[in-house]
Amino acid sequence: MNQTHEQFPQGKAFHASLRTRYRVATIWQTLFLSALLIAILALTALLYNVVDGAFGYIAYEYKDDPAQFTSTPINELTKDELLVILKENLSSGAYKKLETEQPMQERSQADLLNLFLERLVRIDTKETWSMTESILNGSKIRAEVATKYPNAVLEFRSWVTPQFLVTPMSSRAEFAGVRTAVLGSLWLVSIAILFALPVGTGAAIYLQEYAPKNWLTGIIQTNINNLAGVPSIVYGMLGLALFVRVLEPFTSGSLFGVTDSNGRTVLSAGLTMGILVLPLIIINAQEAIKAVPDSLRQAAYGVGATRWQTVWHHVLPNALPGILTGSILALSRALGETAPLIVVGASTFISLDPSGPFSKFTALPIQIYQWTTRAQSEFHAIAAGAIVVLLVLLLTLNASAILLRNRYQRKAY
Amino acid sequence: MSNSTTTTYAIETNHLSIHYGTFTAVKAVNVKVEKQKITAIIGPSGCGKSTLLRSFNRMNDFVPSCHVTGELLLDRQNLYSKDIDPVEVRRKIGMVFQKPNPFPKSIYENIAWGARINGFKGNMDELVEQSLRSAALWDEVKDKLQQSAYALSGGQQQRLCIARTIAIQPEIILMDEPASALDPISTLRIEELMQELKKNYTIIIVTHNMQQAARASDYTAMMMIDEQRAGGVIEFADTKKIFTRPSDKRTEDYVTGRFG
Repeated sequence: MNQTHEQFPQGKAFHASLRTRYRVATIWQTLFLSALLIAILALTALLYNVVDGAFGYIAYEYKDDPAQFTSTPINELTKDELLVILKENLSSGAYKKLETEQPMQERSQADLLNLFLERLVRIDTKETWSMTESILNGSKIRAEVATKYPNAVLEFRSWVTPQFLVTPMSSRAEFAGVRTAVLGSLWLVSIAILFALPVGTGAAIYLQEYAPKNWLTGIIQTNINNLAGVPSIVYGMLGLALFVRVLEPFTSGSLFGVTDSNGRTVLSAGLTMGILVLPLIIINAQEAIKAVPDSLRQAAYGVGATRWQTVWHHVLPNALPGILTGSILALSRALGETAPLIVVGASTFISLDPSGPFSKFTALPIQIYQWTTRAQSEFHAIAAGAIVVLLVLLLTLNASAILLRNRYQRKAY
Repeated sequence: MSNSTTTTYAIETNHLSIHYGTFTAVKAVNVKVEKQKITAIIGPSGCGKSTLLRSFNRMNDFVPSCHVTGELLLDRQNLYSKDIDPVEVRRKIGMVFQKPNPFPKSIYENIAWGARINGFKGNMDELVEQSLRSAALWDEVKDKLQQSAYALSGGQQQRLCIARTIAIQPEIILMDEPASALDPISTLRIEELMQELKKNYTIIIVTHNMQQAARASDYTAMMMIDEQRAGGVIEFADTKKIFTRPSDKRTEDYVTGRFG
């Protein structure tokens, strides 16, 4: 007993070893803190980069002076005035074409103003600057513009505007919006969730509540877990082969009498996304079902319930908040996916809203990708704007998932 | 006691054994449980008391590796024969669990659900009131029937679970240590309630609490594990006899507290 006691350091030796222990602890603590700081820094840099591109100075010229069309300043033009100007100055062919796309009378003032600027005075962007440049070198930019482009208008602009959200795609960055892409993305995730939520929940219920625990279900379970980690481009290939090619009569709508499309429809893409998020939804739903206490099942069986009644009346209602939370997170994954859409065949230039499951479509990430590959700097600016829109959509989805979870966690048991 | 009067026995076992895979957890149990009496099952931890109790309403069916040999007879019918539906068994033999487990629903709905899924066609309000009265809970909850059952105390929740069980009018009520999670006052109320209930129902109760078995039961089954770790009923008799002059030495050691 006494001998064991002496084998521990005593007095000074003990304090020395204690100091060493604290020093090691401090080093590790510092390492962990720096890891956290790196993560925060990376996130900040990401957000800054996006915001930096989405605001800034733009210098543009009018190819034709607005004064030759009207004496009213551009910002004060009313809808009626614009209608008259457009009718008088556009060629009758161009006017008719616009009229068939959407009757001029039904268009908004902002829309007409855009047409006026795009078709008649023809804005020509000379240069754009990022937010940082615009703020730090404001006077230099103003001087530079004055000498290089004496006729140009210099304006500090936010590229994300309400107008940006509701304007369809255009070949001119100044007049392009994300309306088509946002609608395409919404169609996409709606189809994906309509397919994946019932199928995924059903599979999870079967695996948790019905399937016997044997080697076969073990293999299936392992495969589901692995499928959740398969690269999304592989799902794209699957979607191309299955939905675009094999099931073309169905996905193009020709079975239902739609004739003007091939298999590269929003339906094909939505189903592909549905398959992509299916493993995620199954795993999430299984976890939610597992979390329902067994005592509840026993209580139901104890009063003579069948398995189905137990699942339907007790297990499912109690697992539902968890299942929905998981599905929303899966949705936000689908919203951000790009690769499968490229493979399945999203259109890169399309200005028509998707009108149904058999429409051609584009999606936000596709639009962003397409704009960033363009050479002109104004496209990079609207790409940044579109990224802001995408991030806001994603954050809204995730926040609603968290709210849903918190709300039901407080209620349960 | 051994005559063929089927009316006196609520349930009989004939060499009932319960196995988990190749392991025999409970071996060759032969007991005859009398109608409208309280039968207690006692014995040290791990001797298979709960396993035996759960086999009575086929709750063991949910354990994948579990299977049963021998016979479990209710009205001379083997409850483990192929043509018997376990749901029907649980409809006739209700169960109250160790931890109160009300549904996360209203008090009213806790009682009504079991009746509704079993096709009850009568007046639900009356059934709820009658069940709650039988479980000595009505006066405490009659003004808050629509509130969550989770707002009740542990003892009240357990009585709600008893009310839920009697609402579907079973013949037998199994109780698996129903008072072990409760304080002494709530425990006493459950025991009083059992004395009321035995006028209409047969009750089989598993308990760790020797005093409870002595106080509350009419018959007692003493269980013990053998050398192969298989549990079995070593003595089954009048509770008075078990606690005053047991015929088995091991029973005597156990009930007098001399056992490990």
